Amino acid sequence: MRYVRSFGRFWWNFIVGDDWRVAAGLAVAFALTWLLEHEDVSAWWLLPLAVALLLSESVWREARGNSDARSKRHS
Amino acid sequence: MNSSVILFVAAFLASAVEAVEALTIVLAVGVVRGWRSTLIGVAAASLVLAAVIAGLGPALQHIPIGTLRFVVGALLLAFGLQWLRKAILRASGYKPLHDEAEAFSREREQASSAAPIASTGMDWYSFTVAFKGVLLEGLEVAFIVVTFGATQGRLGLAAAAAAAAVVAVVVAGLVVRGPLERVPENTLKFVVGILLTSFGIFWGGEGAGVGWPGGDLAILGVIAYVGLVSYILMRALRRRRLALQPAAAQA
Repeated sequence: MRYVRSFGRFWWNFIVGDDWRVAAGLAVAFALTWLLEHEDVSAWWLLPLAVALLLSESVWREARGNSDARSKRHS
Repeated sequence: MNSSVILFVAAFLASAVEAVEALTIVLAVGVVRGWRSTLIGVAAASLVLAAVIAGLGPALQHIPIGTLRFVVGALLLAFGLQWLRKAILRASGYKPLHDEAEAFSREREQASSAAPIASTGMDWYSFTVAFKGVLLEGLEVAFIVVTFGATQGRLGLAAAAAAAAVVAVVVAGLVVRGPLERVPENTLKFVVGILLTSFGIFWGGEGAGVGWPGGDLAILGVIAYVGLVSYILMRALRRRRLALQPAAAQA
């Protein structure tokens, strides 16, 4: 059981990592791209846009959390 | 720069980062606890890795290329974004820099405080730590080789890049005889994060049915775009941190 759990943890860390929202956002972006392309709408721009938005939101949230924690320590 | 060169460089750099991490663990344990059991652990992990690659490689040839690109692209994108996210946070000062010298001291401290070597001559602590370190980092190298190689139909080239990276890192490790702090790991991770993310967008998009403007050459545009976005984010975060620093200190 311990091996199954550590195997699962390895893959979770490998694919999802520290921010599950990024992985979930990517899944949505891939699904939308696939849907648009199958409706004959050109969607090459969607993944690059999703990456920029997801990455910005993720690092910004982490930085905000980091600054808040530092402010609390100083107060 | 043609796609073979980009593929080689991407697989080489990504594998080098993993090899540096594995070598740091092996060196730390070997120096403190002795080399025999450590090297047996390295050899055992290498055998398991070889079996995994031998099993995975041929199986991938039977999967339709569109499906393979989609799965591999999605995995690569998720994996690459994690690297990029951490690299941006490190470069902007929101996360401590991952220092191999510090990792080496930490591993060494843990190794010296572990249970003494058994009278049978086999040191299971050294074996397990070396085995786990090499297997986990090696699996990441295998993943990079298989994904990069299979989607482009150039498994041999990706494997050669990974092998060259491992040899280069091991030689560098033997020459410096210590942790590989001379390798600028964070810069390397930033570049690798950009490359993995770009290949993930490109292949994942193709797998989902996207026709890239400009065909294969679009990968260069994607790399430039991801690099630019990352650079802008890093600069903006760094400016934000510097602007908030005096306020936090006065509070």
